[in-house]
Amino acid sequence: MHRTAETARETDGGHDGTAVALAGVALVLDAAGALWWPAERMLIVADLHLEKGSSFAARGVPLPPYDSRATLTLLARIVERRRPRTLVALGDSFHDRGGADRLAGEERATLAALMRGCEMVWIAGNHDPDPVPGFGGICAEELRIGPLTLRHEPAVEPGEGEIAGHFHPVARVVVRGRSLRRRCFATDGRRLVMPALGAYAGGLNVRDAALARLFAPAYEAHLVGAARTYRIAHHACLPDR
Amino acid sequence: MDAAPAPDLPDDLLPEPFRRWFAGRGWAPRAHQLELLAKARAGRSALLIAPTGAGKTLAGFLPSLVELSQRARARNSVRPPGVHTLYISPLKALAVDVARNLERPAAEMDLAVRIETRTGDTPASRRQRQRRDPPDILLTTPEQIALLLASGDGEALFGDLRRIVLDELHALAGSKRGDLLSLGLARLRALAPQAQTVGLSATVADPDTLRRWLVPQAREGEMGDVVIAQAGAAPELSMLDSVAHVPWAGHTARHSLKEIYALIAANTTTLVFVNTRMQAELLFQELWHINDANLPIALHHGSLDVSQRRRVEAAMGEGRLKAVVCTSSLDLGIDWGAVDLVVNVGAPKGSSRLMQRIGRANHRLDEPSRAVLVPANRFEVLECRAALEAVRAGAQDSAVIRTGALDVLAQHVLGMACAGPFAADDLYAEVISAEPYAGLVRQDFDDVLDFVATGGYALRAYERFARIRRMKDGRWRVANPEVAQQYRLNVGTIVEASMLKVRLAGAKSRFGGRVLGEVEEYFVETMSPGDTFVFAGEVLEYLAIVDEEVRVARSNAKEPKVPSYAGGKFPLSTFLAARVRALLADPAGWSALPGQVHEWLELQKLRSRLPGREDLLVETFPRGGRYHLVAYPFEGRLAHQTLGMLLTRRLDRAGLHPLGFMANDYALVIYGARDMSLAIQQGRLSLDALFDADMLGDDLEDWLAESALMKRTFRQCAVIGGLIERRFPGREKNARQVTMSTDLVYDVLRRHEPGHVLLRAARADAATGLLDIRRLSDMLTRIRGRIDHVALERVSPLAVPVMLEIGREMVAGGASEALLAEAEDELIREAMDGASDGGNGAGDGWRA
Repeated sequence: MHRTAETARETDGGHDGTAVALAGVALVLDAAGALWWPAERMLIVADLHLEKGSSFAARGVPLPPYDSRATLTLLARIVERRRPRTLVALGDSFHDRGGADRLAGEERATLAALMRGCEMVWIAGNHDPDPVPGFGGICAEELRIGPLTLRHEPAVEPGEGEIAGHFHPVARVVVRGRSLRRRCFATDGRRLVMPALGAYAGGLNVRDAALARLFAPAYEAHLVGAARTYRIAHHACLPDR
Repeated sequence: MDAAPAPDLPDDLLPEPFRRWFAGRGWAPRAHQLELLAKARAGRSALLIAPTGAGKTLAGFLPSLVELSQRARARNSVRPPGVHTLYISPLKALAVDVARNLERPAAEMDLAVRIETRTGDTPASRRQRQRRDPPDILLTTPEQIALLLASGDGEALFGDLRRIVLDELHALAGSKRGDLLSLGLARLRALAPQAQTVGLSATVADPDTLRRWLVPQAREGEMGDVVIAQAGAAPELSMLDSVAHVPWAGHTARHSLKEIYALIAANTTTLVFVNTRMQAELLFQELWHINDANLPIALHHGSLDVSQRRRVEAAMGEGRLKAVVCTSSLDLGIDWGAVDLVVNVGAPKGSSRLMQRIGRANHRLDEPSRAVLVPANRFEVLECRAALEAVRAGAQDSAVIRTGALDVLAQHVLGMACAGPFAADDLYAEVISAEPYAGLVRQDFDDVLDFVATGGYALRAYERFARIRRMKDGRWRVANPEVAQQYRLNVGTIVEASMLKVRLAGAKSRFGGRVLGEVEEYFVETMSPGDTFVFAGEVLEYLAIVDEEVRVARSNAKEPKVPSYAGGKFPLSTFLAARVRALLADPAGWSALPGQVHEWLELQKLRSRLPGREDLLVETFPRGGRYHLVAYPFEGRLAHQTLGMLLTRRLDRAGLHPLGFMANDYALVIYGARDMSLAIQQGRLSLDALFDADMLGDDLEDWLAESALMKRTFRQCAVIGGLIERRFPGREKNARQVTMSTDLVYDVLRRHEPGHVLLRAARADAATGLLDIRRLSDMLTRIRGRIDHVALERVSPLAVPVMLEIGREMVAGGASEALLAEAEDELIREAMDGASDGGNGAGDGWRA
């Protein structure tokens, strides 16, 4: 009866999140689509794709110009709730190189305000290889802390303790004849690929070979719902459409 | 062969060569053909209402041919360089066919007239030549008109236009394609104010709307003249009174299969109409199962590959087929003289549609068309009976009242900017001269203009990316040539992005087999690899999606696992629904019904109550450990689905734990874990409050936020309005895919600018389209204070059909969060059972 509907979120679920272990480190999957590392008080978000709307508009496709506002509002709420010491944006924070310049005053203020209470780390992405001059914070290709490595694009070698973004994983399930497609975390306990946080960031199915090859055969998806995440084994997720 | 011309017409309407031509064929011109000639002479635009077989098309072209022949004779005058007559048809096949039929009289009378078609299939070289050197008569489609007008050649092509012929106008008006055409007409009239318009139409309930289409709506209610052709012989109509048990539910009409086969065998050529592609597939299969005589029976529906459809049509034209099982794909189209019987399987859904279909049999006016209705279940017996009476009385469904769509207007505005600079005032005046847009307020027009320019957002972020810009003199022009290129790729109102090709996997590899046709994307979405379904006349196994195509293999399974898909299903018309209610409310008329159906209604009267003519009957009863609420609004499946969604939300809020609902064209059932009879009795649940029209406020808004149907509606508006391109990068299969889904755009726009013009367009569509909100609203108003509730011990006879649909076609009542939790629970249960593959078919056999 229904085609798969995707839902962009600006509501922030606010429950405590789902505990997972990655290379022995205890992490929490925040229901809003962020990753929380309690021991480090570190909040990790991926693929904000700020100013994607205006990037399309420049090519004659005037998508509603509210995507940066939506994304930053969501991020601000998560920061407000978690109060991190460090905030890491895992790359592709801006949709293109000109994105930072196009960010409007109000959104700049939101970004500045949420960075005020924490140390900000901008990881380089393929859309923004030299990220974010003028917003403060540290820029880095990758970040290694204890057994964990944070980078934008997953490395080719099976990365023990790797946290990455880039692929915008989504999972699809069919329940009672209805197809549901949600952003998700994908992990096999060694590596974790984060969902995109950007309001206009679409997704790649977790069953796609490009994603599946990153994991051990028994990986799982944690689907981002309205107030919690839902854990589904990879074989219960369906390929797209 | 026809009545003599009306006496008050001048007798010199038809020049000598034409008289000779008619006489030579043993024909006499028909009264309505001469009347149209008289209208042309008087300079009047006119609507011709005529049944099929009345020489409608020739009537439309006679004035053109006469004028052109006289012009050719006046040798001393220079031939004006533009098109003389423009013919527009909803089907390109029809345009091609009409051109062929027109060539014949032109050749036989030796008229020096150049007749050409222009469709999507016309080679580029010919299109270019047509622009340099236009034909006298050009036959084409609404989309081609839009393209020609936007090309900037409009004036050269159409400046000398004398006549416009709109074929099957009733089929175009009232749709977005009609909106696009009406706007094109407005521009044509601006380019050629001298042109007269002729509309050709089947009988309609409200001809005045179509008459207004023909002339500019400068003053309110201005109309073209109307010419009504003499009606043909009354059709011979009957309902198949099957000897077998009439099923309670379902749509296959299996019980009548032998009788349908016998009808096919006994007639020369039979068109067997069904309502959905799936029904067409199933019936076709079943007929071949019992086709011992090997009768040539073919299949035709809109999802089949074009080449296959063309082969069937060609075989039909050559009289090689005994029958074609088809859907609305053959409601319109080329005349096949040999068809002598129409069988309509399933309920007709609307009397106008039925009349159109009946008219497909026997295109000779003086002999009656013959048609047999085959109801597939008990409610359909009532519906067929109501339809029979409506057709006998010549009563048509009244058209849904709607105004021109804003997304279509946006497309047109961009097209007009591509044609050349325009002043907003002038274009507004032109647009409101088109019938569907006559009531368009200036603010809406300005919003659309703003949308075309910069997206029309309150947040003025895109001024520098404008697609059209204001020049110093205040006129608007396109910002750059790429914009015009974009427009050309996006033109049209048919959004096909939601269809996927179905391809047979090759014998040796999974690639490169034959394309069987297309299915709706949402149908594929509910399938898992390994599922089987019926398509193109065979049972197929779904393998995978590869390169945006559905890969399938032939299956040995006898019964498909996935039972149905709704492709092309029409809801019961309001008009017919009222007749069905009236039939139910009047036991005196039941004797005309088959015995089993009569008994069924008597039993309902005894056990429960009958739905009143204007009341809403609501029954509540327990069954199988669950509690059910059944309502009988008779407002069609789409309105019932929307109602079901909204009622479920309200019952959930009232703590009555609804588990789901199911809707058909006549009724809906909601089932849940709490006793609703008791809640009503104790005053905890008020049906008046439950069915209050205020559900169309906040409840509707809440639901629309996550409604997949609404998102689909928005996507169509976004494509038509030109917000996103038809070939959008969101469909790429690329590992580094950064996709953009219109669902996400919808969410963001809805939150940040709920009054945006595209959301307004989508809501207007939802009101009459997939959500049928307007009809629901009318019903809720009608039944206010008229709810007739009866608490029962057990299921009532009338409730059985809709109860049987539960589990057949699942419409989830719960929100998606509940379903996600269920998916997770299933996983947990599976883990506890130690099973590794949850039977969802998505095991290791599949790798992308």
